Amino acid sequence: MNYRSYRKTALILLVAGLTAFGGGCKKKVPATPAVPAPPPSGPAQPPTVRLSASPDFISKGQSSTLSWTSQNATQLDLQPGVGTVEAEGSTKVSPNQSTTYNITATGPGGNAVSTVRITVAPPNAPQPTAENATLAQLFDRDVKDAFFDFNKADLRPDARQALTQTAEFLRQHSDVRVAVEGHCDERGSLEYNLGLGQRRANAAREFLTSLGIAADRMNTMSWGKDHPFCTEHNETCWQENRRAHFTMAQ
Amino acid sequence: MTTRHILWGALAAGFVCMVLSARPAPQDWFKAETGLGVKKIRLALPDFASQNAPTQPLAGVFNQVLWADLDVSGIIDLASKSFYPPPNTWPSQPGQLQPQLQQQPSSWSQPPLSASMIAIGNLTASGSSLALQAWLNDVTNPSAPPVLAKVYQGAATEEGARDLAHQLADDIVGLLGGGVPGIARTHIVYSSTQHGVTELWVMDYDGANQHQLTHLRTEAITPRWSPDASEIAFTCFVPYRGAVSAQICLYSMAANQLMHFPRYPGTNSSPAWSPDGRELAFMSSMGRGNDPEIWTTDTSGGHPKQLTFGLHSVNTEPVWNPKTGQQILFVSDRGGQPELYTMNSDGSNVVKIDLADMGYVVDPTWSPTAQGQLVAFSWRRPAGNYDLYVMDLASRQLLQLTHDEGRNERPSWAPDGRHLVFQSDRTGHLQIWTMLADGSGSRQLTKVGENFSPNWSLK
Repeated sequence: MNYRSYRKTALILLVAGLTAFGGGCKKKVPATPAVPAPPPSGPAQPPTVRLSASPDFISKGQSSTLSWTSQNATQLDLQPGVGTVEAEGSTKVSPNQSTTYNITATGPGGNAVSTVRITVAPPNAPQPTAENATLAQLFDRDVKDAFFDFNKADLRPDARQALTQTAEFLRQHSDVRVAVEGHCDERGSLEYNLGLGQRRANAAREFLTSLGIAADRMNTMSWGKDHPFCTEHNETCWQENRRAHFTMAQ
Repeated sequence: MTTRHILWGALAAGFVCMVLSARPAPQDWFKAETGLGVKKIRLALPDFASQNAPTQPLAGVFNQVLWADLDVSGIIDLASKSFYPPPNTWPSQPGQLQPQLQQQPSSWSQPPLSASMIAIGNLTASGSSLALQAWLNDVTNPSAPPVLAKVYQGAATEEGARDLAHQLADDIVGLLGGGVPGIARTHIVYSSTQHGVTELWVMDYDGANQHQLTHLRTEAITPRWSPDASEIAFTCFVPYRGAVSAQICLYSMAANQLMHFPRYPGTNSSPAWSPDGRELAFMSSMGRGNDPEIWTTDTSGGHPKQLTFGLHSVNTEPVWNPKTGQQILFVSDRGGQPELYTMNSDGSNVVKIDLADMGYVVDPTWSPTAQGQLVAFSWRRPAGNYDLYVMDLASRQLLQLTHDEGRNERPSWAPDGRHLVFQSDRTGHLQIWTMLADGSGSRQLTKVGENFSPNWSLK
């Protein structure tokens, strides 16, 4: 190898190394931005907001506490059913059915949204414990569905968070196979929604595959808008129906 | 009041009239392609006589059905019976019509009756059969021979009387409508929830004789007739080894049962027939990456071939150009939301059909009669509802057919290219409606349960 070709090889290796390093760094960025923004100076800083629920799995009749923090917001709107709230705070909610809560932060620098989902179990379903839980009960508790925006099959941060929990369950129960069902809300057309639902199921499966779950453990299908979880004609309900839903396969 | 006031008043009244009759007149391209919107032939249709007592109730059904068939044809203007001579003088055979036309030539053609043609005839029931004699005459030319003189035989039942009326209506429409056959004996297949689970149902083109076709106990949606109306391809969710996914199902009208069709991985939906009846195009996620793409197979599911490569997009609702079989119109959201595209039937030459403003465009359907250039679809414009439109693919000219009366979706052409069947929730429930292809004359066909996904047979 002469000097010139050695230099060329070194350069390629260097570029390849930097690319790999950069790619690696990217993957380590957390899915949910939690870093407080620096104090505003100069042009308006975009608002940030973070919403969490504790616990995020309740029985019907129990309550959960929603907590939020925000930066650079002049107005915060928590939906459904809460309304305008302070920059930081918490409130108790007792939803009758599984509900996705949205908080919208508005400020001079723009808008930001954070979502969290509280899953409500039927009233007589025993709260599973590690000792007595059946696999089905653990599945219902730990496997989280991914929720989507209208006409979209892109994974939102809350969907990534939910699927990360689902991946954890699938890692612990390596013999469990799942069906990933794509669902859509009623506003789209029947035939197009069959395709969109398939893309939502695909997105959930691809993300789980990227977390190390074998693709052949997950069968995808689409119900379109044919099997809604909720049949009212409002956004709360529509959000319930835009999802990739997991069921345990035989 | 000054002259100026009167003038303004007249102008305002004129404006109000214009607004009240706001349905836009069909443009020339539309008239040329459909034959609608041109001057209709004015026809007098006195009741056909019953020749004996047992025929009486059947004649009632016959007269009602014949009137309705001709009334919805889109090419005939039925003169109101109130303008006719006294009913006891209504002719039911040429021997009665001819003297009227000879002695009083204007009896059927003078205003306000103003008929240019007259259809007359009679019915005779004997035993289990029903005979119909019918004539069609030009009343402005009494000495000319009848345009139609024909005897029809059917069953002496209500169903038989309906069918005789449909046969005669089709003959009259064929003669007066430039040779395009009538549609009175065609059928509509659709999905219905009226017995619980969504199954396929079939009805006559006018909504009569609604009956359940499939008993799969799972969703049966998006049915489409084969070109010869012997089979129906649709999307089904029949479970297989505990797993459920959308699959293509075939139903044989002759055998009255499901035919074998292979299962493919993932979601398979919206099958459509090639005009020669030899291929099916449908959406399938069986390919690499599981993206919903357009595939074709032969009608037994063999030789699957992927036509679109939209990559991370939905590609669905394919429909073949019924004239040439060389082009496929489909829906893709590769541009961000569902819009119409055309491609050659081998998948090459994908072209987006740009519409004036953004929106959500679905459910394309190709007119079977026009020169392969007329399509109907459902379009949800940014601030609007789902409304139906007809477009000339060559000139990209548009005609809006429905105007914000609920959601209007999934149009399907009748074989005459003059009628569309579609689903609308304008009554608060999803029901099947028909209308002329210019948007006029809409009629509700279904009433019970939710009914949707209609498709009009080509025969």
